[in-house]
Amino acid sequence: MNDMSRIPSDGVELAIRQWGEQNTVTVLLVHGYPDCSHVWDAVAEQLSADFHVVAYDVRGAGASSAPRAVADYGLDHLVTDMAAVIDTVSPGKPVHLVGHDWGSIQSWEAVTTDRLRGRIASYTTISGPCLDHAGYWILNRLRSAAPAELAQLLRQTMHSWYIGAFQLPGAAPTLWKLGLDQLWPKMLAQLEGIHADANPTQTRDGVNGIKLYRANMRQRLFHPSERRTDVPVQLIVPTQDRFVTTDVLDELPNWVERLWRFDVAAGHWLQLSHPDWTAQRIRDFVRFIESGDESPRLQRARVRGPRKQDSGKLVLVTGAGSGIGREMLLAFAERGADVVAVDINAEAAERSAELARLLDARAFAYTVDVGDAAAMETLAGEIAQNLGVPDIVINNAGIGMAGAFLDTSVQDWQQLLHVNLWGVIHGSRLFAQQMVDRGNGGVIVNVASGLAYTPTRALPAYATSKAAVRMLSDCLRAELHDARVRVVSVCPGIIDTGITDAVRFVGTDAAEQDRRRARAKALYQRRNLKPQAVARAVLDAIDHQRDEVAVGVEAKVGRWMSRLLPGALQRLARLDVAH
Amino acid sequence: MNPNHASLQPQDLERFAAVQRLAYRCAETVAAELQPGMTERDAAARMQAFFDAEGVDDCFHRPFAWFGDRTAFRGLIGVRALGGFNPAFYPGLRRLETGMPFILDCAPSVRGYTADIGYCGVLGENRLLDKLMDDLLEYRMLIVSMAKQRRPLAEISRAVDRLCARHGYEPRHKAYPFETLAHRVETLQDDGKARHHSVARFGLRNVTELARDAFKGRREGWSPIWNSGARSEHPPTPGLWAVEPHLGFRGVGAKWEELLVVTEDDAFWLDDDVPHVRRWQQRGLWPATPADTNRKAA
Repeated sequence: MNDMSRIPSDGVELAIRQWGEQNTVTVLLVHGYPDCSHVWDAVAEQLSADFHVVAYDVRGAGASSAPRAVADYGLDHLVTDMAAVIDTVSPGKPVHLVGHDWGSIQSWEAVTTDRLRGRIASYTTISGPCLDHAGYWILNRLRSAAPAELAQLLRQTMHSWYIGAFQLPGAAPTLWKLGLDQLWPKMLAQLEGIHADANPTQTRDGVNGIKLYRANMRQRLFHPSERRTDVPVQLIVPTQDRFVTTDVLDELPNWVERLWRFDVAAGHWLQLSHPDWTAQRIRDFVRFIESGDESPRLQRARVRGPRKQDSGKLVLVTGAGSGIGREMLLAFAERGADVVAVDINAEAAERSAELARLLDARAFAYTVDVGDAAAMETLAGEIAQNLGVPDIVINNAGIGMAGAFLDTSVQDWQQLLHVNLWGVIHGSRLFAQQMVDRGNGGVIVNVASGLAYTPTRALPAYATSKAAVRMLSDCLRAELHDARVRVVSVCPGIIDTGITDAVRFVGTDAAEQDRRRARAKALYQRRNLKPQAVARAVLDAIDHQRDEVAVGVEAKVGRWMSRLLPGALQRLARLDVAH
Repeated sequence: MNPNHASLQPQDLERFAAVQRLAYRCAETVAAELQPGMTERDAAARMQAFFDAEGVDDCFHRPFAWFGDRTAFRGLIGVRALGGFNPAFYPGLRRLETGMPFILDCAPSVRGYTADIGYCGVLGENRLLDKLMDDLLEYRMLIVSMAKQRRPLAEISRAVDRLCARHGYEPRHKAYPFETLAHRVETLQDDGKARHHSVARFGLRNVTELARDAFKGRREGWSPIWNSGARSEHPPTPGLWAVEPHLGFRGVGAKWEELLVVTEDDAFWLDDDVPHVRRWQQRGLWPATPADTNRKAA
């Protein structure tokens, strides 16, 4: 249901389309360049079940009329148009504004100037920074002249080549008229993977819209003015956008009092590539602004301080109460993520969460036996309900066991596999499903061991469990590839943690076990490889798209020997190093 | 008479406590004078000037000061080669900034009686430091209660290591020479001189006593250095121990240091009226009835 109507505004006629019940909350969608209001069709349909949805063709685009003069495309005229639309469709109540690309640029003008003060309840911005903010961003970089900042500037310039090209007389309009309009759907499909219907007004939208650039860019970028707003702003950042880089947006907290930010691995036309997700973000935000009820996802997205690498992400770590697990939890906390510490020891999990909070992270503690299927299902459900789907899950919980295979009882095996293998299976199974269902990718990190490469008679059960974790990760990686869920396996060498205090030596009495524990501890302490090394390796693997990392020279050597010298490794396996 | 063999009399303890109070007064005075921009050397020099004016005639070591992440022994200062004897340990040119933690550590001797104290603080506020300083209470209770039970020193040190692991802190005293959690302090002879020699900022007479203890201890099966190693595998030896657990978390370090009195059948802190205890009392952390940490009734 979308009736088209026309209204006059400032010498032009604007085409407005509306969906849903008129007497509910109004959501106003503003399109960008070189689009018209149809770019919002899929999102508008979805939102129409809950809201009164309005989209209009900006002057010069779609079914609206087009003034000839470049000056008539200035941002002040665009805001006047927007005000006319708002006064028509929602005379009594403020609207929730959503802008994409140039629609977002003009919406920034609307929320930072007086014309529409009190008429906008919230603003969701996608792929269109405020030009004045960008102007200040450029000035700040030029003034600082620091190499890193100038490099940022250069990168943005490379992404904005078309803005310069649009200033050339004749060039861009001629391209559109020579057939770019016909090619456009194919280009979208090729470059962005989007299958959009050919737009009947594409040539007109492409040609007239050039005037937006010509009327506004130069003045705003090189003579910016300070623009602030107290309207709540939801910033949605498609991280694979070819046309807008994200550096400019990191300074947004300077200009916006109440800011929420979502990063999504998508290209420029988010409302075409991810209509469900986009509609969901808008729906959540509008409901929150109307009701004051901030969902867990929004709480995490709220921008509180300076932006860090993993701000807005949710990271869950099992076995987070000590050793490698705790270090990984803290490493992600330091990078700005919200973190969930899961451990069988409640006090240890809470302590890790407390340390993470000291590092200014939001942190939560859960007590679970990772090998318990029912308990893990409950945990996964609670996490999804209370905090949302994790972006990164680290299956780290593990226990140690040493001693001959023939001394290892069925009970010993069950105890070990319960944690080391079943824990990883449950963690992978439940959270991978959540990640796949959410459709926004994710990372699962499974902590195996350097012993996954190296057979040994000293720790047969432990090495077997860890080799299984590695193989499970390899298989899962293949299966989840298409869902953009990455699986990383980590194979640490001899890391000095509390695992040596609790390692079970099968086939020994208590005194002998104590003696061997002390020996193992002394060896691990002499090796002096810290859990921090594993945490660094995991961050590195996640940042640089590595599937598997070995930590420590002993693990790296084991890995290479398993490939090049398996026979030698087999002979070395006969040494009983645990005695 | 070799003072090592003399058992400590109540009047001796009173003299030691007086020097310890003087040392803490020095640290508190200098801490209150600290300003942004001052260097570690400025702070150490002020402490030394304070002692010169107060008639301090010798030291275990000349005053140390560490600012910022050097409190957590990060960077060069954490290098443990050469048994931890590391010139980066000495006060340097690091300048104090607002929000930066600092540690002042000084060990004056007056007429043969020596103190060795550690004091930490921050210019402004630092949540990490507050948490570390709060948690340091547990270490003070743990150490004295195990020493009372006459548990081997290495076992107490390992319990401290485990408490660090449980808390998620690094035991940074392991970056001290010989990974020292504590070391013995002996009574020196009062020779009436106003000045005594120091070598590489360590008081010659005190270090000589420590070396003598080490030599003697090697024959008798004990060590004047208290750490987690095999040489500390013996019950607490009677006398005075300067105990200095030093915790690190990320770029922040915190410690206290004070004298523990060990007798044949007891162990107790020389003085409870020290700044960190007063801080715990103010923050409501100090237990109303401290279990088994007080001196046994005579």
